[in-house]
Amino acid sequence: MTAIPGRFAAPQRLIHWVMALCILSMLFIGVGMVATVSSKYLTLVQIHKPLGIAILVLALIRLTLRLYYGAPALPADLPVPVKLAAKLSHYFFYALMIGMPLIGWAMLSAEAYPVVLFGRLHLPPMVSASPYLHTLLWRTHYCLAFAFFALILMHVAAALFHRLVRHDGVFEAMASDPARK
Amino acid sequence: MVETAKQSRPFAFRACTTIAVVVGMVALAFAYTAGWLSARRLTPEKLIAALQSESGPPLGHRRNHSKGICFTGILEANGRGTALSTASVFAPGVYPVVGRFNIGGTDPNQPDPLAQVRGFGIRITTPDGQEWRSAMIDAPVFAAPTAQAFYEFLTAARNNDPNALKKYSAVHPEILAFVSWVKNHLRTESWTEDRFNSLDSFIFIDATETKHAVRWSFVPETPPVTLTPSELAKREPNFLMEDIAARVAAHPQHWELMITVASPGDPTADPTKSWPEDRQTINVGTLTVQDVQQEADGPCRDINYDPVVLPSGITTSDDPIPAARSAAYAFSYDSRTSEASHYPRVTRAKQ
Repeated sequence: MTAIPGRFAAPQRLIHWVMALCILSMLFIGVGMVATVSSKYLTLVQIHKPLGIAILVLALIRLTLRLYYGAPALPADLPVPVKLAAKLSHYFFYALMIGMPLIGWAMLSAEAYPVVLFGRLHLPPMVSASPYLHTLLWRTHYCLAFAFFALILMHVAAALFHRLVRHDGVFEAMASDPARK
Repeated sequence: MVETAKQSRPFAFRACTTIAVVVGMVALAFAYTAGWLSARRLTPEKLIAALQSESGPPLGHRRNHSKGICFTGILEANGRGTALSTASVFAPGVYPVVGRFNIGGTDPNQPDPLAQVRGFGIRITTPDGQEWRSAMIDAPVFAAPTAQAFYEFLTAARNNDPNALKKYSAVHPEILAFVSWVKNHLRTESWTEDRFNSLDSFIFIDATETKHAVRWSFVPETPPVTLTPSELAKREPNFLMEDIAARVAAHPQHWELMITVASPGDPTADPTKSWPEDRQTINVGTLTVQDVQQEADGPCRDINYDPVVLPSGITTSDDPIPAARSAAYAFSYDSRTSEASHYPRVTRAKQ
Protein backbone atom coordinates (compact mmCIF):
# COMPACT_ATOMS: atom_id res chain seq x y z
CA MET A 1 0.00 0.00 0.00
CA THR A 2 1.13 3.50 -0.76
CA ALA A 3 2.28 5.33 2.33
CA ILE A 4 -0.40 7.61 3.78
CA PRO A 5 0.90 11.13 4.22
CA GLY A 6 -0.31 13.09 7.22
CA ARG A 7 -3.98 13.58 7.89
CA PHE A 8 -5.88 16.71 8.71
CA ALA A 9 -6.42 17.26 12.43
CA ALA A 10 -9.66 15.82 13.85
CA PRO A 11 -11.39 19.25 14.23
CA GLN A 12 -10.50 20.06 10.63
CA ARG A 13 -11.98 16.80 9.39
CA LEU A 14 -15.14 17.32 11.42
CA ILE A 15 -15.68 20.86 10.18
CA HIS A 16 -14.96 19.78 6.59
CA TRP A 17 -17.73 17.20 6.57
CA VAL A 18 -20.22 19.37 8.47
CA MET A 19 -19.61 22.20 6.05
CA ALA A 20 -19.78 19.87 3.05
CA LEU A 21 -23.29 18.96 4.12
CA CYS A 22 -24.23 22.59 4.83
CA ILE A 23 -22.85 23.96 1.58
CA LEU A 24 -24.33 21.29 -0.64
CA SER A 25 -27.72 21.78 1.07
CA MET A 26 -27.32 25.54 0.67
CA LEU A 27 -26.68 25.29 -3.07
CA PHE A 28 -29.65 22.96 -3.59
CA ILE A 29 -31.89 25.21 -1.47
CA GLY A 30 -30.74 28.29 -3.39
CA VAL A 31 -31.28 26.89 -6.85
CA GLY A 32 -34.57 25.31 -5.77
CA MET A 33 -36.07 28.35 -4.08
CA VAL A 34 -35.65 30.66 -7.07
CA ALA A 35 -37.48 28.10 -9.24
CA THR A 36 -40.72 27.68 -7.31
CA VAL A 37 -43.81 29.62 -6.29
CA SER A 38 -45.06 26.88 -3.98
CA SER A 39 -45.22 27.18 -0.18
CA LYS A 40 -41.81 25.47 -0.11
CA TYR A 41 -40.42 28.81 -1.25
CA LEU A 42 -40.90 30.37 2.19
CA THR A 43 -39.41 27.40 4.03
CA LEU A 44 -36.39 27.35 1.73
CA VAL A 45 -35.78 31.10 2.06
CA GLN A 46 -36.13 30.84 5.85
CA ILE A 47 -33.42 28.16 5.90
CA HIS A 48 -31.21 29.85 3.32
CA LYS A 49 -30.51 32.98 5.36
CA PRO A 50 -29.50 31.54 8.77
CA LEU A 51 -27.71 28.62 7.10
CA GLY A 52 -25.68 31.10 5.05
CA ILE A 53 -24.63 32.94 8.18
CA ALA A 54 -23.82 29.60 9.88
CA ILE A 55 -21.57 28.74 6.91
CA LEU A 56 -19.86 32.12 7.24
CA VAL A 57 -19.14 31.51 10.93
CA LEU A 58 -17.96 27.95 10.27
CA ALA A 59 -15.74 29.14 7.41
CA LEU A 60 -14.03 31.65 9.68
CA ILE A 61 -13.47 28.97 12.33
CA ARG A 62 -12.19 26.66 9.61
CA LEU A 63 -9.78 29.27 8.29
CA THR A 64 -8.41 29.71 11.80
CA LEU A 65 -7.98 25.93 12.17
CA ARG A 66 -6.27 25.79 8.79
CA LEU A 67 -3.83 28.52 9.78
CA TYR A 68 -3.22 26.83 13.14
CA TYR A 69 -2.88 23.20 12.06
CA GLY A 70 -1.80 23.63 8.46
CA ALA A 71 -2.47 20.90 5.90
CA PRO A 72 -0.68 17.65 5.11
CA ALA A 73 1.65 17.85 2.13
CA LEU A 74 0.35 16.60 -1.21
CA PRO A 75 2.02 13.42 -2.57
CA ALA A 76 5.45 14.22 -3.94
CA ASP A 77 4.74 12.43 -7.23
CA LEU A 78 1.70 14.57 -8.03
CA PRO A 79 2.41 16.54 -11.24
CA VAL A 80 3.11 20.24 -10.66
CA PRO A 81 0.03 21.52 -12.62
CA VAL A 82 -2.21 19.22 -10.58
CA LYS A 83 -0.64 20.45 -7.35
CA LEU A 84 -1.20 24.01 -8.49
CA ALA A 85 -4.84 23.24 -9.37
CA ALA A 86 -5.35 21.64 -5.95
CA LYS A 87 -3.89 24.67 -4.16
CA LEU A 88 -5.85 27.18 -6.27
CA SER A 89 -9.11 25.30 -5.85
CA HIS A 90 -8.72 25.57 -2.08
CA TYR A 91 -8.19 29.32 -2.27
CA PHE A 92 -11.40 29.48 -4.31
CA PHE A 93 -13.22 27.36 -1.74
CA TYR A 94 -12.27 29.66 1.13
CA ALA A 95 -13.10 32.75 -0.94
CA LEU A 96 -16.54 31.33 -1.78
CA MET A 97 -17.32 30.02 1.71
CA ILE A 98 -16.64 33.46 3.18
CA GLY A 99 -17.69 35.56 0.18
CA MET A 100 -21.05 34.02 -0.69
CA PRO A 101 -22.75 34.67 2.67
CA LEU A 102 -21.32 38.20 2.77
CA ILE A 103 -22.57 38.90 -0.77
CA GLY A 104 -25.99 37.50 0.13
CA TRP A 105 -26.16 39.65 3.25
CA ALA A 106 -25.05 42.76 1.32
CA MET A 107 -27.51 41.95 -1.47
CA LEU A 108 -30.46 41.92 0.95
CA SER A 109 -29.19 45.15 2.52
CA ALA A 110 -28.96 46.78 -0.93
CA GLU A 111 -32.63 46.00 -1.53
CA ALA A 112 -33.59 47.43 1.88
CA TYR A 113 -34.72 43.99 2.96
CA PRO A 114 -34.60 42.94 6.59
CA VAL A 115 -32.06 40.15 7.16
CA VAL A 116 -34.01 37.97 9.56
CA LEU A 117 -32.23 34.99 11.09
CA PHE A 118 -34.67 33.77 13.73
CA GLY A 119 -37.65 35.61 15.17
CA ARG A 120 -36.42 38.93 16.45
CA LEU A 121 -32.78 38.24 15.57
CA HIS A 122 -31.91 40.55 12.68
CA LEU A 123 -28.58 41.39 11.11
CA PRO A 124 -27.85 45.06 10.53
CA PRO A 125 -27.71 46.24 6.91
CA MET A 126 -24.21 45.83 5.53
CA VAL A 127 -24.56 48.47 2.82
CA SER A 128 -27.11 51.21 2.22
CA ALA A 129 -30.00 50.56 -0.16
CA SER A 130 -29.03 50.86 -3.80
CA PRO A 131 -30.71 49.19 -6.78
CA TYR A 132 -27.48 49.33 -8.79
CA LEU A 133 -25.50 47.63 -6.08
CA HIS A 134 -28.32 45.14 -5.59
CA THR A 135 -28.19 44.15 -9.26
CA LEU A 136 -24.42 43.73 -9.15
CA LEU A 137 -24.53 41.68 -5.93
CA TRP A 138 -27.50 39.60 -7.04
CA ARG A 139 -25.83 38.64 -10.32
CA THR A 140 -22.58 37.88 -8.54
CA HIS A 141 -24.35 35.74 -5.94
CA TYR A 142 -26.19 33.88 -8.70
CA CYS A 143 -23.14 33.23 -10.91
CA LEU A 144 -20.83 32.32 -8.03
CA ALA A 145 -23.37 29.76 -6.80
CA PHE A 146 -22.97 27.83 -10.07
CA ALA A 147 -19.20 28.28 -9.95
CA PHE A 148 -19.26 26.96 -6.38
CA PHE A 149 -21.27 23.93 -7.42
CA ALA A 150 -18.93 23.24 -10.37
CA LEU A 151 -15.95 23.52 -8.02
CA ILE A 152 -17.56 21.02 -5.67
CA LEU A 153 -18.15 18.57 -8.52
CA MET A 154 -14.48 18.85 -9.52
CA HIS A 155 -13.46 18.49 -5.89
CA VAL A 156 -15.55 15.31 -5.51
CA ALA A 157 -14.17 13.89 -8.75
CA ALA A 158 -10.60 14.65 -7.69
CA ALA A 159 -11.13 13.19 -4.20
CA LEU A 160 -12.53 9.98 -5.68
CA PHE A 161 -9.71 9.86 -8.21
CA HIS A 162 -7.21 9.95 -5.34
CA ARG A 163 -9.20 7.30 -3.51
CA LEU A 164 -9.99 4.91 -6.36
CA VAL A 165 -7.24 5.41 -8.92
CA ARG A 166 -4.16 6.89 -7.31
CA HIS A 167 -4.49 5.31 -3.84
CA ASP A 168 -2.16 8.05 -2.59
CA GLY A 169 -3.81 8.79 0.76
CA VAL A 170 -5.07 12.26 -0.22
CA PHE A 171 -8.69 11.15 0.27
CA GLU A 172 -7.86 9.42 3.56
CA ALA A 173 -6.28 12.65 4.84
CA MET A 174 -9.80 14.08 5.14
CA ALA A 175 -11.81 10.87 5.58
CA SER A 176 -13.37 10.41 8.99
CA ASP A 177 -11.79 7.07 9.66
CA PRO A 178 -9.43 5.79 7.00
CA ALA A 179 -9.52 2.05 6.39
CA ARG A 180 -5.90 1.35 7.04
CA LYS A 181 -4.40 -1.63 8.65
CA MET B 1 5.59 -3.94 -15.54
CA VAL B 2 3.51 -5.09 -18.50
CA GLU B 3 1.39 -7.26 -16.23
CA THR B 4 0.61 -4.43 -13.80
CA ALA B 5 -0.43 -2.19 -16.65
CA LYS B 6 -2.79 -4.85 -17.96
CA GLN B 7 -4.38 -5.34 -14.55
CA SER B 8 -4.71 -1.69 -13.66
CA ARG B 9 -6.22 -0.51 -16.93
CA PRO B 10 -9.69 -2.12 -16.56
CA PHE B 11 -9.63 -1.24 -12.88
CA ALA B 12 -8.90 2.43 -13.62
CA PHE B 13 -11.68 2.37 -16.21
CA ARG B 14 -14.13 1.05 -13.65
CA ALA B 15 -12.97 3.58 -11.09
CA CYS B 16 -13.35 6.43 -13.56
CA THR B 17 -16.84 5.20 -14.45
CA THR B 18 -17.74 5.21 -10.77
CA ILE B 19 -16.47 8.77 -10.45
CA ALA B 20 -18.42 9.88 -13.52
CA VAL B 21 -21.60 8.26 -12.20
CA VAL B 22 -21.29 9.87 -8.75
CA VAL B 23 -20.55 13.32 -10.14
CA GLY B 24 -23.21 12.92 -12.82
CA MET B 25 -25.88 11.98 -10.30
CA VAL B 26 -25.14 14.96 -8.08
CA ALA B 27 -25.26 17.22 -11.12
CA LEU B 28 -28.53 15.65 -12.24
CA ALA B 29 -30.11 16.13 -8.81
CA PHE B 30 -29.01 19.77 -8.95
CA ALA B 31 -30.52 20.23 -12.41
CA TYR B 32 -33.77 18.67 -11.20
CA THR B 33 -33.87 20.96 -8.15
CA ALA B 34 -33.28 23.97 -10.40
CA GLY B 35 -36.34 22.95 -12.44
CA TRP B 36 -34.33 22.41 -15.63
CA LEU B 37 -35.76 18.93 -16.06
CA SER B 38 -39.37 19.88 -15.24
CA ALA B 39 -40.76 22.01 -18.04
CA ARG B 40 -44.15 22.17 -16.32
CA ARG B 41 -42.96 23.48 -12.95
CA LEU B 42 -44.50 26.85 -12.22
CA THR B 43 -41.58 29.20 -11.65
CA PRO B 44 -41.72 32.90 -10.67
CA GLU B 45 -40.51 33.70 -14.17
CA LYS B 46 -43.43 31.86 -15.80
CA LEU B 47 -45.97 33.42 -13.47
CA ILE B 48 -44.65 36.90 -14.24
CA ALA B 49 -44.52 36.18 -17.98
CA ALA B 50 -48.20 35.17 -17.91
CA LEU B 51 -49.08 38.66 -16.62
CA GLN B 52 -47.31 40.54 -19.38
CA SER B 53 -48.95 41.97 -22.48
CA GLU B 54 -47.72 41.15 -25.97
CA SER B 55 -45.50 44.24 -25.98
CA GLY B 56 -43.39 42.66 -23.25
CA PRO B 57 -42.63 43.64 -19.67
CA PRO B 58 -42.47 47.29 -18.54
CA LEU B 59 -38.69 47.67 -18.29
CA GLY B 60 -37.57 49.28 -15.05
CA HIS B 61 -41.07 49.04 -13.55
CA ARG B 62 -42.90 46.59 -11.33
CA ARG B 63 -44.12 43.61 -13.33
CA ASN B 64 -47.71 44.18 -12.25
CA HIS B 65 -49.48 47.15 -10.68
CA SER B 66 -46.83 48.99 -12.68
CA LYS B 67 -48.40 52.45 -12.46
CA GLY B 68 -48.29 54.05 -9.07
CA ILE B 69 -47.32 56.95 -6.86
CA CYS B 70 -45.42 57.03 -3.54
CA PHE B 71 -46.62 58.36 -0.23
CA THR B 72 -45.22 58.85 3.23
CA GLY B 73 -47.11 59.07 6.47
CA ILE B 74 -47.60 57.52 9.87
CA LEU B 75 -49.50 54.74 11.52
CA GLU B 76 -50.82 55.70 14.95
CA ALA B 77 -51.39 52.45 16.82
CA ASN B 78 -54.02 52.66 19.55
CA GLY B 79 -52.77 49.58 21.43
CA ARG B 80 -55.82 47.40 20.83
CA GLY B 81 -53.88 45.16 18.44
CA THR B 82 -51.71 43.94 21.33
CA ALA B 83 -54.59 41.66 22.35
CA LEU B 84 -54.00 39.71 19.13
CA SER B 85 -50.29 40.01 18.41
CA THR B 86 -47.02 40.79 20.13
CA ALA B 87 -45.80 42.68 17.03
CA SER B 88 -44.32 45.96 18.25
CA VAL B 89 -46.29 47.85 15.58
CA PHE B 90 -49.43 47.34 17.71
CA ALA B 91 -48.00 48.92 20.86
CA PRO B 92 -49.43 52.43 21.28
CA GLY B 93 -47.24 54.77 19.29
CA VAL B 94 -46.56 56.48 16.01
CA TYR B 95 -44.65 54.59 13.33
CA PRO B 96 -43.34 55.83 9.98
CA VAL B 97 -44.90 54.52 6.79
CA VAL B 98 -43.70 54.46 3.19
CA GLY B 99 -46.39 53.34 0.78
CA ARG B 100 -47.58 53.31 -2.78
CA PHE B 101 -50.97 53.80 -4.42
CA ASN B 102 -51.24 51.89 -7.66
CA ILE B 103 -53.51 50.42 -10.27
CA GLY B 104 -53.47 46.84 -11.56
CA GLY B 105 -51.99 46.15 -14.98
CA THR B 106 -48.54 46.04 -16.48
CA ASP B 107 -48.54 49.34 -18.39
CA PRO B 108 -46.96 52.18 -16.37
CA ASN B 109 -48.89 54.62 -18.57
CA GLN B 110 -52.24 52.89 -18.41
CA PRO B 111 -55.10 55.42 -18.21
CA ASP B 112 -56.49 55.43 -14.67
CA PRO B 113 -60.14 55.03 -15.82
CA LEU B 114 -59.24 51.64 -17.35
CA ALA B 115 -57.94 50.20 -14.08
CA GLN B 116 -59.72 47.00 -13.18
CA VAL B 117 -58.15 46.80 -9.76
CA ARG B 118 -56.65 49.44 -7.49
CA GLY B 119 -53.89 48.63 -5.06
CA PHE B 120 -51.99 49.89 -2.09
CA GLY B 121 -48.57 48.86 -0.78
CA ILE B 122 -47.36 49.74 2.68
CA ARG B 123 -44.22 49.42 4.79
CA ILE B 124 -44.47 50.21 8.49
CA THR B 125 -41.26 50.29 10.52
CA THR B 126 -40.88 50.26 14.27
CA PRO B 127 -37.89 51.55 16.28
CA ASP B 128 -36.72 47.99 17.05
CA GLY B 129 -35.94 47.48 13.36
CA GLN B 130 -38.98 45.30 12.65
CA GLU B 131 -40.95 45.83 9.46
CA TRP B 132 -44.41 45.03 8.25
CA ARG B 133 -44.93 45.09 4.51
CA SER B 134 -48.22 44.46 2.83
CA ALA B 135 -49.66 44.88 -0.65
CA MET B 136 -53.43 45.08 -0.78
CA ILE B 137 -56.11 45.62 -3.40
CA ASP B 138 -59.64 47.02 -3.39
CA ALA B 139 -61.24 43.70 -4.43
CA PRO B 140 -63.19 41.84 -1.73
CA VAL B 141 -61.66 38.47 -2.72
CA PHE B 142 -58.69 37.27 -4.73
CA ALA B 143 -59.04 35.76 -8.21
CA ALA B 144 -57.65 32.29 -7.57
CA PRO B 145 -57.08 29.93 -4.64
CA THR B 146 -53.56 28.84 -5.63
CA ALA B 147 -50.67 30.11 -7.73
CA GLN B 148 -51.23 27.30 -10.22
CA ALA B 149 -54.89 28.25 -10.64
CA PHE B 150 -53.97 31.93 -10.97
CA TYR B 151 -51.47 31.01 -13.68
CA GLU B 152 -54.09 28.96 -15.52
CA PHE B 153 -56.54 31.85 -15.23
CA LEU B 154 -54.02 34.32 -16.68
CA THR B 155 -53.18 31.90 -19.47
CA ALA B 156 -56.87 31.37 -20.27
CA ALA B 157 -57.53 35.13 -20.20
CA ARG B 158 -54.80 35.70 -22.80
CA ASN B 159 -55.93 32.85 -24.99
CA ASN B 160 -57.50 33.83 -28.32
CA ASP B 161 -59.98 31.01 -27.95
CA PRO B 162 -63.09 32.63 -26.43
CA ASN B 163 -63.94 29.34 -24.75
CA ALA B 164 -60.70 29.25 -22.78
CA LEU B 165 -62.09 31.37 -19.95
CA LYS B 166 -65.33 29.40 -19.91
CA LYS B 167 -63.36 26.18 -19.62
CA TYR B 168 -61.36 27.68 -16.77
CA SER B 169 -64.42 28.89 -14.89
CA ALA B 170 -66.08 25.50 -15.32
CA VAL B 171 -63.21 23.98 -13.33
CA HIS B 172 -62.73 27.02 -11.10
CA PRO B 173 -66.18 28.52 -10.44
CA GLU B 174 -64.65 30.60 -7.62
CA ILE B 175 -63.30 32.97 -10.30
CA LEU B 176 -66.84 34.22 -10.96
CA ALA B 177 -67.02 36.28 -7.78
CA PHE B 178 -63.85 38.13 -8.73
CA VAL B 179 -64.80 38.59 -12.38
CA SER B 180 -68.25 39.84 -11.51
CA TRP B 181 -66.75 42.32 -9.04
CA VAL B 182 -64.32 43.59 -11.71
CA LYS B 183 -67.15 43.98 -14.20
CA ASN B 184 -69.80 45.46 -11.97
CA HIS B 185 -68.41 47.46 -9.06
CA LEU B 186 -68.66 51.21 -9.30
CA ARG B 187 -65.29 52.92 -9.13
CA THR B 188 -64.77 55.74 -6.68
CA GLU B 189 -63.38 59.09 -7.71
CA SER B 190 -60.27 58.76 -5.53
CA TRP B 191 -57.86 56.32 -3.90
CA THR B 192 -58.72 58.12 -0.66
CA GLU B 193 -62.22 56.62 -0.89
CA ASP B 194 -61.08 53.05 -1.49
CA ARG B 195 -60.87 50.25 1.02
CA PHE B 196 -57.79 48.07 0.60
CA ASN B 197 -57.89 44.44 1.72
CA SER B 198 -55.13 41.97 2.51
CA LEU B 199 -57.30 39.17 1.04
CA ASP B 200 -54.71 36.67 2.24
CA SER B 201 -54.91 35.27 5.74
CA PHE B 202 -52.07 35.62 8.22
CA ILE B 203 -51.48 34.46 11.77
CA PHE B 204 -51.23 36.87 14.69
CA ILE B 205 -49.50 35.45 17.78
CA ASP B 206 -50.40 37.01 21.11
CA ALA B 207 -48.45 37.17 24.38
CA THR B 208 -49.80 33.80 25.49
CA GLU B 209 -48.55 32.23 22.21
CA THR B 210 -52.17 31.85 21.07
CA LYS B 211 -52.57 32.04 17.33
CA HIS B 212 -55.31 34.04 15.63
CA ALA B 213 -56.00 33.72 11.91
CA VAL B 214 -56.69 37.20 10.58
CA ARG B 215 -57.15 39.33 7.50
CA TRP B 216 -56.85 43.09 7.49
CA SER B 217 -58.16 46.09 5.65
CA PHE B 218 -57.39 49.79 5.45
CA VAL B 219 -60.80 51.46 5.56
CA PRO B 220 -60.97 55.05 4.27
CA GLU B 221 -62.24 57.85 6.45
CA THR B 222 -63.46 59.69 3.35
CA PRO B 223 -66.93 58.51 2.31
CA PRO B 224 -66.98 57.04 -1.20
CA VAL B 225 -68.29 59.00 -4.14
CA THR B 226 -68.81 56.56 -6.96
CA LEU B 227 -68.71 57.28 -10.67
CA THR B 228 -71.00 55.78 -13.25
CA PRO B 229 -69.17 53.98 -16.09
CA SER B 230 -69.79 56.93 -18.41
CA GLU B 231 -68.53 59.44 -15.83
CA LEU B 232 -65.46 57.27 -15.26
CA ALA B 233 -64.73 57.07 -18.99
CA LYS B 234 -64.64 60.86 -19.17
CA ARG B 235 -61.97 61.19 -16.51
CA GLU B 236 -58.41 62.16 -17.40
CA PRO B 237 -55.82 59.39 -17.90
CA ASN B 238 -54.07 60.46 -14.67
CA PHE B 239 -57.11 61.50 -12.65
CA LEU B 240 -56.24 59.25 -9.70
CA MET B 241 -52.62 60.39 -9.62
CA GLU B 242 -53.61 64.07 -9.79
CA ASP B 243 -56.41 63.62 -7.28
CA ILE B 244 -54.22 62.01 -4.62
CA ALA B 245 -51.52 64.65 -4.98
CA ALA B 246 -54.09 67.46 -4.68
CA ARG B 247 -56.00 65.94 -1.77
CA VAL B 248 -52.92 65.14 0.29
CA ALA B 249 -51.43 68.57 -0.42
CA ALA B 250 -54.63 70.10 0.97
CA HIS B 251 -55.14 67.82 3.99
CA PRO B 252 -53.61 64.64 5.39
CA GLN B 253 -55.77 61.64 4.42
CA HIS B 254 -56.80 58.87 6.81
CA TRP B 255 -57.57 55.15 6.81
CA GLU B 256 -58.41 52.93 9.78
CA LEU B 257 -56.48 49.66 10.05
CA MET B 258 -59.10 47.01 10.75
CA ILE B 259 -58.16 43.46 11.75
CA THR B 260 -60.76 40.76 11.11
CA VAL B 261 -60.38 37.63 13.24
CA ALA B 262 -61.40 34.27 11.78
CA SER B 263 -63.73 31.95 13.64
CA PRO B 264 -62.84 28.27 13.72
CA GLY B 265 -63.60 26.72 10.33
CA ASP B 266 -63.30 29.94 8.33
CA PRO B 267 -61.46 29.38 5.03
CA THR B 268 -58.00 30.74 5.84
CA ALA B 269 -56.27 28.75 3.07
CA ASP B 270 -58.41 30.17 0.28
CA PRO B 271 -58.31 33.93 -0.48
CA THR B 272 -61.15 33.56 -3.01
CA LYS B 273 -63.54 32.92 -0.11
CA SER B 274 -64.67 35.82 2.04
CA TRP B 275 -65.43 35.35 5.71
CA PRO B 276 -68.90 35.99 7.18
CA GLU B 277 -69.69 39.63 7.85
CA ASP B 278 -70.18 39.16 11.59
CA ARG B 279 -66.57 38.26 12.37
CA GLN B 280 -64.85 40.13 15.16
CA THR B 281 -63.18 43.23 13.74
CA ILE B 282 -60.77 45.36 15.72
CA ASN B 283 -59.63 48.87 14.83
CA VAL B 284 -55.93 48.85 15.77
CA GLY B 285 -54.81 52.23 14.49
CA THR B 286 -55.05 55.06 12.01
CA LEU B 287 -52.96 55.59 8.90
CA THR B 288 -52.32 59.18 7.97
CA VAL B 289 -50.97 59.89 4.50
CA GLN B 290 -49.05 63.14 4.80
CA ASP B 291 -47.12 63.51 1.59
CA VAL B 292 -47.15 62.19 -1.96
CA GLN B 293 -44.12 61.78 -4.23
CA GLN B 294 -43.77 60.83 -7.89
CA GLU B 295 -42.53 57.25 -8.05
CA ALA B 296 -39.48 57.87 -10.28
CA ASP B 297 -37.75 59.76 -7.46
CA GLY B 298 -39.96 58.60 -4.62
CA PRO B 299 -39.11 56.55 -1.54
CA CYS B 300 -41.38 53.65 -2.55
CA ARG B 301 -39.64 53.08 -5.84
CA ASP B 302 -37.03 50.63 -4.62
CA ILE B 303 -39.17 48.93 -1.98
CA ASN B 304 -40.48 45.46 -2.68
CA TYR B 305 -43.88 45.30 -0.95
CA ASP B 306 -43.32 41.64 -0.26
CA PRO B 307 -46.26 40.38 1.84
CA VAL B 308 -44.11 37.94 3.79
CA VAL B 309 -41.91 40.65 5.31
CA LEU B 310 -43.64 40.49 8.68
CA PRO B 311 -42.68 41.59 12.16
CA SER B 312 -42.18 39.09 14.94
CA GLY B 313 -45.73 38.35 16.19
CA ILE B 314 -47.16 37.92 12.67
CA THR B 315 -46.53 34.90 10.42
CA THR B 316 -47.92 33.43 7.25
CA SER B 317 -50.87 31.02 7.45
CA ASP B 318 -51.91 28.01 5.36
CA ASP B 319 -52.87 30.46 2.60
CA PRO B 320 -50.54 29.49 -0.30
CA ILE B 321 -50.72 32.80 -2.14
CA PRO B 322 -48.29 34.93 -0.05
CA ALA B 323 -45.44 32.49 -0.79
CA ALA B 324 -46.15 32.71 -4.52
CA ARG B 325 -46.40 36.49 -4.35
CA SER B 326 -43.13 36.70 -2.44
CA ALA B 327 -41.33 34.56 -5.04
CA ALA B 328 -42.85 36.50 -7.94
CA TYR B 329 -42.22 39.92 -6.35
CA ALA B 330 -38.56 38.97 -5.83
CA PHE B 331 -38.28 38.09 -9.52
CA SER B 332 -39.99 41.37 -10.44
CA TYR B 333 -37.68 43.32 -8.13
CA ASP B 334 -34.50 41.68 -9.44
CA SER B 335 -35.63 42.35 -13.02
CA ARG B 336 -36.72 45.94 -12.62
CA THR B 337 -33.76 47.10 -10.54
CA SER B 338 -31.42 45.73 -13.21
CA GLU B 339 -33.32 47.80 -15.78
CA ALA B 340 -33.25 51.04 -13.78
CA SER B 341 -31.77 52.93 -16.74
CA HIS B 342 -35.08 52.42 -18.59
CA TYR B 343 -36.87 54.38 -15.86
CA PRO B 344 -34.91 57.58 -15.28
CA ARG B 345 -34.91 58.94 -11.77
CA VAL B 346 -35.15 62.63 -12.61
CA THR B 347 -38.77 63.61 -13.05
CA ARG B 348 -39.97 66.73 -14.69
CA ALA B 349 -43.40 66.33 -13.11
CA LYS B 350 -43.53 68.70 -10.17
CA GLN B 351 -46.66 69.09 -8.17
